[in-house]
Amino acid sequence: MATTLYDKIWQAHIISAQQTSATGEEGLIYIDRHLIHEVTTPQAFAGLDAKGRKVRCPQRTFATMDHSISTRSLAIDACGPTNKLQLQTLADNCEKHGIQLFPVGHQKQGIVHVMGPELGLIQPGMTVVCGDSHTATHGAFGALAFGIGTSQVEHVFATQTLKQSKAKSMKVQVNGSLPIGITAKDVILAIIGKIGHAGATGYVIEYTGEAISSLSMEERMTVCNMSIEAGAKAGLIAPDQTTFDYVQGREYAPKGDNWTQALAYWSTLKSDSDAVFDTVIELNANDITPQVTWGTNPGQVIGVNHPVPAPSDFSDPIDQDSAVKALKYMDLVPGQKLSDLAVNNVFIGSCTNGRIEDMRAAAAIAKHGKVAKGVTAIVVPGSVAVKQQAEAEQLDKIFIEAGFEWRLPGCSMCLGMNDDVLQAGDRCASTSNRNFEGRQGRGARTHLVSPAMAAAAALAGHFADVRDYQ
Amino acid sequence: MNTQTTDAGINIHTGRIAPLNQANVDTDQIIPKQFLTAVTRSGYGKHLFHDWRYLDQHEQVLNPEFSLNKAEYQGASILLTRENFGCGSSREHAPWALDDYGFKIVIATSFADIFYGNCINNQLLPVQLKSNEIDQLFAAVAADPTVAVTVNLQEQSVTVNNLNFHFDIAEQHKTSLLKGLDAIGLTLELDAQITAFENNLPKWQTA
Repeated sequence: MATTLYDKIWQAHIISAQQTSATGEEGLIYIDRHLIHEVTTPQAFAGLDAKGRKVRCPQRTFATMDHSISTRSLAIDACGPTNKLQLQTLADNCEKHGIQLFPVGHQKQGIVHVMGPELGLIQPGMTVVCGDSHTATHGAFGALAFGIGTSQVEHVFATQTLKQSKAKSMKVQVNGSLPIGITAKDVILAIIGKIGHAGATGYVIEYTGEAISSLSMEERMTVCNMSIEAGAKAGLIAPDQTTFDYVQGREYAPKGDNWTQALAYWSTLKSDSDAVFDTVIELNANDITPQVTWGTNPGQVIGVNHPVPAPSDFSDPIDQDSAVKALKYMDLVPGQKLSDLAVNNVFIGSCTNGRIEDMRAAAAIAKHGKVAKGVTAIVVPGSVAVKQQAEAEQLDKIFIEAGFEWRLPGCSMCLGMNDDVLQAGDRCASTSNRNFEGRQGRGARTHLVSPAMAAAAALAGHFADVRDYQ
Repeated sequence: MNTQTTDAGINIHTGRIAPLNQANVDTDQIIPKQFLTAVTRSGYGKHLFHDWRYLDQHEQVLNPEFSLNKAEYQGASILLTRENFGCGSSREHAPWALDDYGFKIVIATSFADIFYGNCINNQLLPVQLKSNEIDQLFAAVAADPTVAVTVNLQEQSVTVNNLNFHFDIAEQHKTSLLKGLDAIGLTLELDAQITAFENNLPKWQTA
């Protein structure tokens, strides 16, 4: 029987005999890689300790500090005693359980979803979990990667497995090649705009098509990262030469004979040509324009030259109601042009857009001018490695000369668990992944965009079409 | 409020509803990030829906417009809401906060996947009903804010007045909730199978 890439990875990781219930296929699956950070693990470690349990496979588990840390100082108490306690708890737990930790100040520290791939910890065909919804990022490698809760983190610690129900399959095919100025961020925002904020709930998405296979690994990570913003369990892209070239030679990648064997297996990881998906969605790359979210969920998105929609533009009464609430919170009126909308904050970074190619794309725009008066713009590299590479390319100088702040790596203003928090009424062009109410600060308004679009907004002081810079 | 349980789990619960008539309620709304720096599982209830529930950052001034603050919904143990509840961040602090506030059950048109699993792991019962059934429940609570609702997990039913709705739940989730099982303990009983699986992995996967 023809199988999908998801079927193949699922089958390769089933431990217990599969049961099929009325609600679908269930099973106990093995977890190859467990990434952890300070926010979603303390209660899991405490749970283990309470029962006298151990971490079964510390060698499959890697930790970093990213959410609760300062982007101005390497001191772990820089964001106050509560954050410090959480960071110290992670360090203590990792030491106790023999888990490799890349703490603040370490050369390999970074946002968990930036650091993992950089080190070669993520490989095709793996199952990857983390107590973080953006674990979907790693599907870019053809790995089945998904976010889990803290109870499940504890379950993986103790057993290296998870009980799972098999999701439905969705193919999202993006045909043609991307026009100049259109990025991976625009692709994924356009996809979410098309299928909706919950359009892929209960599904694993496989992204295919010429526009996807021509993306770099970093671009693929941006696409898969936001699969959760369509509600998907995970996003996948079949591994190919681009994937293998990225992984080869990285610290934790297989070497020598192991590499040869791995490559032989990885080359089999693709959906059969006659595999049947539960749902198929198609987009034309040519139709995609620079995307900007206008509302309070990532599905509320439009092209930069489209007017802000009216509630009556939506047929579903729930969508109409959501639009009314979003317009009020975002202080927008239907018909408004985005280019008339002043921004006073710009955030470039996050697990969605904090990699070196994102830094380059933003710097390529930043060099055209200066940050507009009244705009605070920060650039937060996703890892120490990204920061060092950017500095080697003198991108930091471009940003600083243009009036951007060049910060230390971390999750930063994507969610503001440190002091990178917006104030009520602030309007931010952000390269992060969630425009929820209050996400970047209570009463603050977030518009999701690509790194180039964020940089363009910083220079203009309002949203601008990045294609005008090409 | 009355909860009839087996040893540690949920079975039949009768309680009052607090309505939250909104779709796409994300976990950032359920429990904002500034409360995620704690290292314990308890104490999140007072911060539940912080931005909507309080007019100030210090949680001194209640927002009188917010549903949960209205007198008639005090003591409610069932949250009634709409589609895609619990979307966004995987933070388990969201079900911890709902549970700590006093909710035993969340009834919605649909749930986000990770949140749904987190509820199961915390003995918070997520009940998914059809859109028109949710409408009828909103109507019932609007007509009588103190109306008693009974949720029977064994029978997979929701009963209010003369209405009776069936809901689906995966067998493994139902069993887990009914018995209040230690999921890790159960999996550890399969230790020999896990070890056999590991022993069969090719060398490059164990390196």
